[in-house]
Amino acid sequence: MVDSKMVLTGQTIAYTIYCIVIILLVAWFAWKVTHEGNGKGVKPAIFYTFVGFLTVLGVSLHLITLNTIPWTKVDLNRSEYTPDKTFTITVKDHQFILPSEKMIINVNDLVLFDVKSEDLTYGFGLFRKDRSMLFQMQVVPGHRNDVLWRFDRPGIYTIRSTEYSGPKGSHMVIDDAVEVVSGNGAN
Amino acid sequence: MNFTKTLINGEEGLFKSETLTPMQKLTLRFVVVGLVYFGFVVIEGMLMRLYEVKPLPFITEPQFFAILTAHPLVGIFGSTYSIVCGAFLFLVPYLMKKPLWSIKMGNWTFILITAGTFIFWSAGFVSHYSPLYTLYWPLPADFSQFSVWGGTFFILGIAIVMAGTALFIINIFKTITYTPEGWEKQRAGALLSSALGVTGFNNLFRKNKKEHLVPLPVAAVARGSVDMALNTITILFTGVLILVYMVGAILGFDLKETAIDALLYKNWFWWGLDLIADGLVLIFVAGTWYLLAMMITGKPLFMQNIARAALLVELVVSWTVWSHHLLSDQAQPSILKVLSGEMVTAFELITQGLAFFITLATLWSARPLKMTNPLKFLLGGLLGFALAVPAGIMQADVGLNRILHNTQWVVGPHVHVAILVGLTMTLYSAIYILFPILTNGARVYSQKLVNIHFWCHLVGGIGMGAFMGMAGLSGMLRRSLYVNGEFNTTMILAALSGTLILVGFIAFFFNIVMSVGLKGVLGIFTPARIRTRDLLPE
Repeated sequence: MVDSKMVLTGQTIAYTIYCIVIILLVAWFAWKVTHEGNGKGVKPAIFYTFVGFLTVLGVSLHLITLNTIPWTKVDLNRSEYTPDKTFTITVKDHQFILPSEKMIINVNDLVLFDVKSEDLTYGFGLFRKDRSMLFQMQVVPGHRNDVLWRFDRPGIYTIRSTEYSGPKGSHMVIDDAVEVVSGNGAN
Repeated sequence: MNFTKTLINGEEGLFKSETLTPMQKLTLRFVVVGLVYFGFVVIEGMLMRLYEVKPLPFITEPQFFAILTAHPLVGIFGSTYSIVCGAFLFLVPYLMKKPLWSIKMGNWTFILITAGTFIFWSAGFVSHYSPLYTLYWPLPADFSQFSVWGGTFFILGIAIVMAGTALFIINIFKTITYTPEGWEKQRAGALLSSALGVTGFNNLFRKNKKEHLVPLPVAAVARGSVDMALNTITILFTGVLILVYMVGAILGFDLKETAIDALLYKNWFWWGLDLIADGLVLIFVAGTWYLLAMMITGKPLFMQNIARAALLVELVVSWTVWSHHLLSDQAQPSILKVLSGEMVTAFELITQGLAFFITLATLWSARPLKMTNPLKFLLGGLLGFALAVPAGIMQADVGLNRILHNTQWVVGPHVHVAILVGLTMTLYSAIYILFPILTNGARVYSQKLVNIHFWCHLVGGIGMGAFMGMAGLSGMLRRSLYVNGEFNTTMILAALSGTLILVGFIAFFFNIVMSVGLKGVLGIFTPARIRTRDLLPE
């Protein structure tokens, strides 16, 4: 299944190729515009084609991600799903208050993290052992902050606040707080 | 001329500050102060870059976050606003072929922006007040973490900058619409309609098209100034709100922080902030590209009517685009995330893409061109936005935002490349093209230093953005500290890129000082000897 690491790899490849192309294009333009010319302008047809290309590109990006990134539709319609497991977490005074020391999840479970802030705006993110991000959301006081996530492989995750809440916020890290296990280890 | 003489009198002694008009002096003061504040920003940026590699013993964590708070605000208000206000207070009357409505008001804009920036910067430096520019409620009023007095002076400084901005906006619109003494009466309403794009819009439905009374770059300045006005109101309102809590705390009242809805506040504040980031910056930049392209080529702009229409679309887009900052806020309605956050934001790819194409097509029509300094930096600025805008469109996606929000990706390939490479190089291009006009023919001291500045800034800016982006894709957050060298490979490379920017800036600053001389720099700040409202001496 597509996970966030795979999505970021795809994005890295696509954006790197784009960057190389646009840098070469501007370099080519800089050379051409200063070395030769007949004073002829650009045809309007090229301009309108470019406008059409940008329009298609702008719209298609979101259509592609909607249909290829597995969590997008789940996220936009999460009230329609029934989670296999729900964890209620409170944040206060720059501390995460977890329901248990370690939150255990079975592979392929659809899990709802319902996080409530009692003072400031925080963030809630899960990170892999190699520090890459699995997902994150904002935690705004006075509002419901919930994210639904399907864990499709075993792993151990660190919780970290992903939003600045003052200098103390940088230390809001709980290592190995979430463990995804094969079989029915969580029951 | 030997080195010491050039340092004192400038290149060949060509720059004579006593020959400057009040308007030239005003503009040059804005530029000098803007560049000094840019120096602040570069040094602050380098300190943070080094701290991200290894915490520096003379900087505490609260101090680091105070620098992080001041850094973008000094960059935008102290540096960019100064240079932009100075340039536009000169260019609008220059293009309208009439004097600025009020030089006195222009001077007040200069004083207020310069002083306001220094006040909020000092307040942060002394008290370590650090709610960041985002000011997410109730953090700015969290007096268990921050000094209430430090915060009060910080917010007052920002409010003073906003007061200066308000005077700038009044001056710009009055200059466009007023009739100078002794001139035939000008129709203020018609000029305003042309500047704001109403005439152009109505022309779509008219058989007999009305002519545009206002040049295209002035129309861009006017439309960007609308966003500037709305943003000023938003920031002033927010500042007053925060000050109420601060004054309450000073007087011993604990105003209940929950009286303000944090999500509504966040929507309001991002709506206002995006009028800068996705509004006036893009509109001013597009207008500046068009002006530079026309000045470099001496030719009319390619697809001028489309360019005018695109500026109007950009203005409307900037009012409806803010929700892309709230894609990770789960209480934000999904319809706003998709419509405002994704779809309207994607429009920026089109409007900025059009400006990019139109500028290149205008340059193309005049080839072969000489690779002058303004052209060189303009191409750098165009490249910067061509790299940064798609990076922004990618993160403004519901699916991708879940794994990109608040990572170094956002501030690297998007924010820093847009500002450092796109915006700043466009401003350098404008400075180089205006330099002989504003200095009555002074000459740049060293072309080699210009080239060093150009390549160091371009490579350093793109490099820094790229390495920050790589760190972000590996999970490194912005606004967080990693003190155990977790992301050292990319952070060391980003710091080396930052060093290149610093070297480039030193080369540029030294070159400018050597061009006008220390005597000339001081002379810019003395009262003008020529009493005239004209922009240039006769």
